[in-house]
Amino acid sequence: MPRGYAGKILDIDLSNDKIKDITISEEVLKNYVGGRGLAARILWDRLGKKWQNVDPLGPENLFITLTGPMTAIHPGARVCITGKSPQSNGIIGSTCSGEFPSELKCAGYDGVIVSGKAEKPVYILVTDDKAEIRDAKKVWGTESPETIRILNKEVREELSKRHPKIGVWKEPGMIYCGPAGENRVRTAAVLQKVSHAAGYGGYGAVMGSKNLKAIVAKGRKPLPDVASPSAVRLLWREVDRRLCNREREWPTVHGTGYGGYETAARSSSEPIRNWQEEWHDEKGFGGPKFDYRHWVKRCWSDFNCAGSCMKLAIVKAGPYKGAFTDDPDYELQAYCGPNLGIFEPDKCIYMSALVDYLGFSGINGPNTFAFAAELYQRGILTKRDIGFELTWGDVEAFEKLARKIVKREGIGDVLAEGTYRAALKISEMKGVDATKYAVHVKGVEIGAHGTRSGEDYNPIGYACSPQCGDHTSGVYDAYRDMGSVFSDSAVICSFVQDWELTWDYYRAITGWETTQEEWNRVLGPRIMQIQRAALLLGGPDIVWNPAVHDDNPPRWYEPLPSGPYKGKTTDKKVVEEQKQQFYKAIGWDENGIPKSEILKKLGLEDVDKALEKIRK
Amino acid sequence: MWPEASRIRIFMLFPGAEVIHLCSQCHDYPCVASCPVNALSVDKDTLAVKVDREKCISCGKCIDVCPGNIPFLHPGDNKATICDLCDGDPECVKVCREARFDALWLLKQPRQWAEGNLNRKLFAQKPEDLTKDIAENIYGEKAKELV
Repeated sequence: MPRGYAGKILDIDLSNDKIKDITISEEVLKNYVGGRGLAARILWDRLGKKWQNVDPLGPENLFITLTGPMTAIHPGARVCITGKSPQSNGIIGSTCSGEFPSELKCAGYDGVIVSGKAEKPVYILVTDDKAEIRDAKKVWGTESPETIRILNKEVREELSKRHPKIGVWKEPGMIYCGPAGENRVRTAAVLQKVSHAAGYGGYGAVMGSKNLKAIVAKGRKPLPDVASPSAVRLLWREVDRRLCNREREWPTVHGTGYGGYETAARSSSEPIRNWQEEWHDEKGFGGPKFDYRHWVKRCWSDFNCAGSCMKLAIVKAGPYKGAFTDDPDYELQAYCGPNLGIFEPDKCIYMSALVDYLGFSGINGPNTFAFAAELYQRGILTKRDIGFELTWGDVEAFEKLARKIVKREGIGDVLAEGTYRAALKISEMKGVDATKYAVHVKGVEIGAHGTRSGEDYNPIGYACSPQCGDHTSGVYDAYRDMGSVFSDSAVICSFVQDWELTWDYYRAITGWETTQEEWNRVLGPRIMQIQRAALLLGGPDIVWNPAVHDDNPPRWYEPLPSGPYKGKTTDKKVVEEQKQQFYKAIGWDENGIPKSEILKKLGLEDVDKALEKIRK
Repeated sequence: MWPEASRIRIFMLFPGAEVIHLCSQCHDYPCVASCPVNALSVDKDTLAVKVDREKCISCGKCIDVCPGNIPFLHPGDNKATICDLCDGDPECVKVCREARFDALWLLKQPRQWAEGNLNRKLFAQKPEDLTKDIAENIYGEKAKELV
């Protein structure tokens, strides 16, 4: 059996209550590894032929959660969530950290594939070598903290009943969706702990569409064997020495929690009021404000990681008292802060906590809130449309809006479709072009790093990425980009990854001889090609045209209105040039479609055949 | 690596309110007294509880009598498992120091203090009870809704 893997994957059909174990051949694992890569292969094998007709929120879609061979054996254990994305209609590998992946591997499984739709709300419980489908009535509709509390209690009691003698059971690991996911909101995340979210892709909605509230895992077996235990031990210590120690300001000391001020003030690339600006110098929104007033934990990590990028922020006084969340992480600082016109840490923590509790992706969900607020600012949406005034900085109004979206009430039902789909609908309703205020790439709301100042993300990073608006998987040159494909496929955290050691670490775990060169030239691109094909096939509701949609949102071509980079903007000519260079480098024709010869060289004849219909 | 075999267990019944759960070496050792086959004994040098895995019959009595239900049956051999301080040179302390977190350190006390120390037993509490206290410390009034 390949090393680093538990060796089995659960294949669960919720429509027919069928559970079986499947194994993947060593050949496929060597090529696709795990996480994003393996999921792309599985999705293509099972849905490729009918891809354009598969409704991401229908029972025929798959909800896939996979670990990788490095997960839990390398610091920074994550789990990768995929399926046909209800945002991009392609394949997005979305990861989040926590103890679910290590528990799953210890229970003997590398992942879970869920198809079909349960008749009533259920959750899946995975224990040593066994899985079962259980009633989720008690947790359907509950917000995150309540979901965790109830499921922890229920599962621990059940396990104690089954094994009364072995002592007190530790809590299981779990992934779950919030009320947003249950109601198929396309910006809904899949969560771990309270605020760890696999946000991009909208897979919380896929869970909801299957009546699946959670997958809970508890394993008592050891993590899988590795090929060279002594090398792994040595490498673990070296990664820990280099990356997880208090001499590193980032991520150990500050996490990403100082970014809410710094990213705006230094590089002018932070979203402000739906990206109308990207610069602010609000020192009251600075790291020390969060740090001294709100952080009650400064060193906090998940299993087998001492990276300590997590903090625990709590509002201790005032009207937002009791709200708690992570740092917040930079992305949420930005999206639940300045992008909603909020420049006070306690309000930002309150909003971050709210989106976690309701099960939104903290980037995608609030991106839509800000989009609505800009339409209100411009008089396109009125008080009559929304039901109340939606002015920048008004936390109570944004909370009302968030809850309306979750319940799909009134305008909430439109906004629940995510920024781009809502923009199309509102354009139709109002007879204006609302899409020019939608900050997304191919249906995926963009991470909080802009391109206009030229000091942060590169001009085609989002535009050409198969992960679309995902800020963790931007592209540059079709070579270096393969790094994030690897992190998402070996399923480890890029914050505690040292590229000098990664490949030795990978070989020490798996025993395979894969090199970085082979990955960057063959294996990584193969995964990207499948993702690209799925993205271009798209459907059924939206099909992307690379000539139009391999691009930045219109807002990013407006000149920056303020700050040291005032007047600067993304250069359309540069974007077009780099786009063609990228197409060429990765083997796509001038229309952005993967070339037949490249696909054949990579052994992707089936993908090539499927693309015939859009090549013309 | 074998998370469930670790003699130091960290419970996280609610995120943020983690409980570090390991033998606190009660001065009166109720676990040792409870063992029907004398598999448990006290190490003369470290005062830690040692388990004779040959003798242990996996009855679980030591778990029941522990005020914190701290011992557990090992997921591999199903025998009672209790922190033995690595015979006085704990690996956990070494790795924590190596990583420069210095969150763990070895406490050295004169024997007569150590033997009569009643406070240690106060740490032997059930994870659920400790969680409530820690959660209140962190989350304040809100803790009641969380745990």
